[in-house]
Amino acid sequence: MKYVLIAAAAFVAAPLSAQNQDLGQPIPEGGEVETIEEGEGLSGSVSFEGNLDDLGIAIPGFATDRDVETPASASGTAALGKELARVITSDLRNNGLFKPTGPDALPQPSFGEITAPNWPTWSNRGAEMLVHGYVRGRSDDRLTVGCYLYDMVLQQELVREGWVVQPADWRRAAHKCADLIYSRLTGESPFFDSRIAYIAETGPKDNRSKRLAIMDSDGANHRFITTGRSTALTPRYSPDYRKLSYLSYVDGNPRIYVYDIGTGRQTLVTQSANPTFAPRWSPDGRWLLYSMAVNGNTDIYRVSAKGGEPVRLTDTPGIDIGGSYSPDGSRIVFESDRSGAQQCYVMNADGSNQRRISFGGSRCATPEWSPRGDQIAFTNASSFNISVMTPSGGNVRTLTNGWQDEAPTWAPNGRIIQFFRTERNSGKTSLWQVDLTGDNLRELPTPVDASDPAWGPILP
Amino acid sequence: MNIRAATGLMLASTIALAACQKKAPEELPPPPVETATPTPTAPPAGPSVGSQAHFVDAVGQANTVVYFGTDRFNIDTEDQTKLQRQAQYFSQHPQVSFTIEGHADERGTRDYNLALGERRANAAKNYLVSIGIPANRIRTVSYGKERPVALGSNESAWAQNRRAATVTIN
Repeated sequence: MKYVLIAAAAFVAAPLSAQNQDLGQPIPEGGEVETIEEGEGLSGSVSFEGNLDDLGIAIPGFATDRDVETPASASGTAALGKELARVITSDLRNNGLFKPTGPDALPQPSFGEITAPNWPTWSNRGAEMLVHGYVRGRSDDRLTVGCYLYDMVLQQELVREGWVVQPADWRRAAHKCADLIYSRLTGESPFFDSRIAYIAETGPKDNRSKRLAIMDSDGANHRFITTGRSTALTPRYSPDYRKLSYLSYVDGNPRIYVYDIGTGRQTLVTQSANPTFAPRWSPDGRWLLYSMAVNGNTDIYRVSAKGGEPVRLTDTPGIDIGGSYSPDGSRIVFESDRSGAQQCYVMNADGSNQRRISFGGSRCATPEWSPRGDQIAFTNASSFNISVMTPSGGNVRTLTNGWQDEAPTWAPNGRIIQFFRTERNSGKTSLWQVDLTGDNLRELPTPVDASDPAWGPILP
Repeated sequence: MNIRAATGLMLASTIALAACQKKAPEELPPPPVETATPTPTAPPAGPSVGSQAHFVDAVGQANTVVYFGTDRFNIDTEDQTKLQRQAQYFSQHPQVSFTIEGHADERGTRDYNLALGERRANAAKNYLVSIGIPANRIRTVSYGKERPVALGSNESAWAQNRRAATVTIN
């Protein structure tokens, strides 16, 4: 039997029109973000030694040299400067990071003060850290955004960076500034400048409309990809954000498609009459895992993202499904009921050396390897809570306690886990996230009910 | 089991069914007591042969769906009785093709439930094939936990949703 990833135009079994009939208008691809070197910031140590949760950060509006019109804001660059500071403040506050104070409660620094803060203005405001920034409209319509972090006690600059962005990408500059502050103060990797793919749900429990949707990590720039005519499930962003793989019933059967965000076209992951489920990308984007049922028996397959002959990685009777690569791409954690109930297993990327890692007495489902490599998040499918364990199955910790929580997905830096929660009886769903420590549990606002979140890596 | 072996197995069972077909009537339950006897070309007002209404009238609504235990996909004797009743209909109307829809209850993870629904649909299909219905007349589709019929979050609702439902293709 032959399975080939083929172009939609060449697809025979279902016509192109049928495959595309659930797709909305293609969405424009994001622009490039250019990082500019602004000279070495001072790299002295941070003076603050308390709990980072108590660290006060003042984030006044970003200054502009000249208030000019910009496609990014109807009110010009000065108003945009305040908006940038609001986005940074929300990023930090909503994730329970530090004690930020936003631009609406602070005086506005002048453009000249961005590199030379007027220290007396900022003292006695309960802030140990000060963020300054500027936004400048360029003749080519793009924006230059600079971001500076100062230590109030030392009266010293801790870090600075600047970016040139398309007007439509102005929020990315704010997220990059939030990432810069977060990384400088915690030593952790960034995560704000990233996107989430998920399933938007509407309608009654027995006739639910499920649409593929995407949004920024803070919920902004929300877009629907599919129209809702067909059920869409379980999306995953390719690591370069150029493609989305997801399950669709567009031809009446559950099948995995690869949707090209730039062209708006999609292809079947494999040319087979069999149902396919649970798409997963390798961290380098070169491979795609999918699960396929043949005569009721589901196994995991790997296919090159460029197409070609798929390789079957599992071959036991029962349901082997899902799969999540270790960050170095050498191993895959997956779910199998070969023992009689759902449990988590690890294998080499070629399918060899399969061994069970979960022995806690509960069912282990939807394992996801942390981008840091040190943890595996999974659904405890006995109690329906989100849990984490080490890659060898040790040190199991339960992080949530909803009626039904499932499908963990990691923030790009491996510090936060997102998942979806289903409400008993009503079946209403919502996206939630929680720190790896189990703290800062919160619901993410979405326009309608939401499930199957997939958090992508830091944007390229 | 590799794909080739699985395909071989399917072929084997398709061949075996020719032999089974003769024996099958002995295993069938007594003739249905329901009023819905096979009505040969009834008045024009009645449902046409092969429509879902015609199928339901003939076998009885209760016999169109088989149910499963949590995480289970075995065909028990009650299921066999129902599927035998369905097989009778499909033997009488060899031109009718049909879909078996596999479903799971909401108390499972999304991907696993899709695979579980597929396994249940195939279990029902394999039984029908084993008693003489050609595999090429049977399509399977899994809806996982996406299409519940009972909307509560309790054991009785979940039991109704763990099912394989037979639907004719018009």
